[in-house]
Amino acid sequence: MPMSEPILAISGLDAHYGDFQALFGVSLTVEPGEVLAIIGANGAGKSTLMRSICGLIRNAPGAIRFRGEAIGGLRADQVAARGIALVPEGRLLFASLSVEENLIIGGQMGRPGPWSLARIYELFPILRERRRVPATELSGGQQQMVAIGRALMANPGLLLLDEISLGLAPVVIKAIYEALPGIVGGGMAAVIVEQDIARALSVSARVYCLQEGHVALAGNSGDVTREAIAAAYFGM
Amino acid sequence: MSQRVTRSSRLSQGAAVLGLLVLILLAAAPWWAGRADMRLMGEIFLYLSLATLWNLLAGYAGLVSVGQQAYVGLGGYALFALTILAGVPALWAIPLAGLLGALVAVPVAALIFRLRGAYFAIGTWVIAEVFRLGAAQVSALGGGSGTSLPADVVRAMASGRDAREALAYWLALGVAMAVIGLAFAILRSRLGLALMALRDNELAARSLGINIWRTKFIVYVATAGLTTLIGALIFVQKLRISPDAGFSVNDWTAFVIFIVVIGGIGTLEGPIIGTLVFFALRETMADMGSVYLIALGVVAIVVMLRAPAGIWGLIRARTGAELFPISHRVRGTTTKETADGKKA
Repeated sequence: MPMSEPILAISGLDAHYGDFQALFGVSLTVEPGEVLAIIGANGAGKSTLMRSICGLIRNAPGAIRFRGEAIGGLRADQVAARGIALVPEGRLLFASLSVEENLIIGGQMGRPGPWSLARIYELFPILRERRRVPATELSGGQQQMVAIGRALMANPGLLLLDEISLGLAPVVIKAIYEALPGIVGGGMAAVIVEQDIARALSVSARVYCLQEGHVALAGNSGDVTREAIAAAYFGM
Repeated sequence: MSQRVTRSSRLSQGAAVLGLLVLILLAAAPWWAGRADMRLMGEIFLYLSLATLWNLLAGYAGLVSVGQQAYVGLGGYALFALTILAGVPALWAIPLAGLLGALVAVPVAALIFRLRGAYFAIGTWVIAEVFRLGAAQVSALGGGSGTSLPADVVRAMASGRDAREALAYWLALGVAMAVIGLAFAILRSRLGLALMALRDNELAARSLGINIWRTKFIVYVATAGLTTLIGALIFVQKLRISPDAGFSVNDWTAFVIFIVVIGGIGTLEGPIIGTLVFFALRETMADMGSVYLIALGVVAIVVMLRAPAGIWGLIRARTGAELFPISHRVRGTTTKETADGKKA
C-alpha cells in the first residue's frame, strides 16, 4: 500500500454528459512519480475520466483533488495552470500551426520545470528536423510525438496519456513507449489509458479496470491475473 | 539538411515589393488624383480597415458580430461630441474616440460574452440598436435628425479644402495600413498562436491552459477600439451624422461581412480582394438601383456555393499562394521528406 500523500485523489466521482451519466462513484489515487494504467472496453468511461481530471468536464469540486486542492469544479485552463497536462485521444494537433508552434503553445503558461523546446527535441530528434512543417503533415507517429511534447512543454506534475497508440503501427507504438521512461520519473506522475492490456500492464505500477462507469478491478500491474482482468473487462 | 526554412515565399517577397510601390503611388494621390477619386479611395481604405477588423473578430477569434456598427456610430458621435461640445480639435478627437470605443467595449464584452453562437450575433445587434436609440436622445447633437460638423471645426483641421481632403485621405490610407499591419503582427504573435489554436481545436487548446475568455476579450476590445476610431474617420469625411447613418447595420456590418466572406474569411488577403470586388460592383452598378443589390446577393450566393472559402481561399487552394507569410514554409527537399515520413 502506498505510504506518501497521493498527487491525485479521486473519490466518489460521478460524471455526466448532459443527462447521460458516464461515471458512477469512481475512486482512485495516483502516487507521486507513479505510472497508473486505466483499461476497459469501449464506452467504459476511460476518456470521460481523463476529461474530468483535466477540467474539460466540470464536476463536484471535492471529487477530484490534485496535491490536496479540490479541482473538480475548475475550468480546464485553471487545471492546466496547476500542472495537469493531457495528451488527447486522436492527438488534436493544431493544423494551422507548425510543429514548433504546437510545442510553443504547450508551454504558453510559462510553468517552470525541466521541459523546454531543446529537451523535447533531444527526446524526439526528428521533431527538430521537421519543426517548421505544418504539424498535421507529419506521419502519425511523429504527430503523436508532437502531442506528447506539447503536453510536456507545460511542465506538468501529472501527465494524462489518452490512447496514444490508437491508429499507429506496432513499431511506432513500441518506439513511443520506449521513450516513456525518459518522460515519466523525475517526480512526474502519469495516467495512461490504453487498449493494449499487455502494454498497459508492462509500463504501469498499478492498474484500474473500468466497466460501464464503475471501477471493476484495481491492483498492482504485476499481480493481476488474466482471469481477473477478463472478468472485470467483460463483466463476467 | 540542405533545405531552407522560411516564413516567406518568393511570391510574398514579390508582393511586399509591389505593395511598397503601390503604397508610394497611393500616398502621392493628392498630386495625381481628382477630388472625387480621392474620396472614393479614402472610402475604400476605411472599408478595407473595417473588413480586416471584422475578419480578425469573426475569422480568427470566432466572434461573429453583426453589431460592429455600434462602434462605427460611437466613433462618429464621439467625434462630433468631442469637437462640438468639448471643443477638442478634430485631429485629437479621432484617437480619443478610439480609446473611448475600447473602454466602452469592456463592459459590453462582459455582457455579450455570456452568449454563444447565434445568440452572440443577435446580442451584438441589440447592443448596436441600444447605442442608436441612445444617440437619438442626445438633443445637443441633433437628436433623431442628427447634425453637421460646424464650419469652424472643419476649417481648423487644415488650411483650405484641398489640404483637408488630402489630410482625410492620408488618415484613411494610414489607418488601413496600420490596421493590416497590426492584424499581421497579432497573428504572428503568441496571441495569434492562441487564436489559431482555438480555431483549430478548442478542446485541445483549453486542455493546454489557453484561457478562451481572455483571448477573445483582448481581440474584441482591440477591434472595437479601432472600429470606433475608423468610425470617427468616416464621419470626418462625411461631415454629417445622424443615428440612422452612424449605426446603419447595412453600411457598417452587412457590406463588411459581404466583403470578408467574398474575399475569404480567416485570411488576411481575403478582405483586400473582397473590398476590391465590392467597390468594383458598386461603382459599375450603383446607378441601377435595386439591380445593384440583387447583383450583390447573387455574387454572395454564387461564391458561397462554389467557393465557400472565398475568392482568396479558391486561389490559395489552387496555387498555394500566400501574400502575408503567417504560416511557416520549408523550401528544398520537402516533398521527398514528407513521402518518407509517411512510411515511418
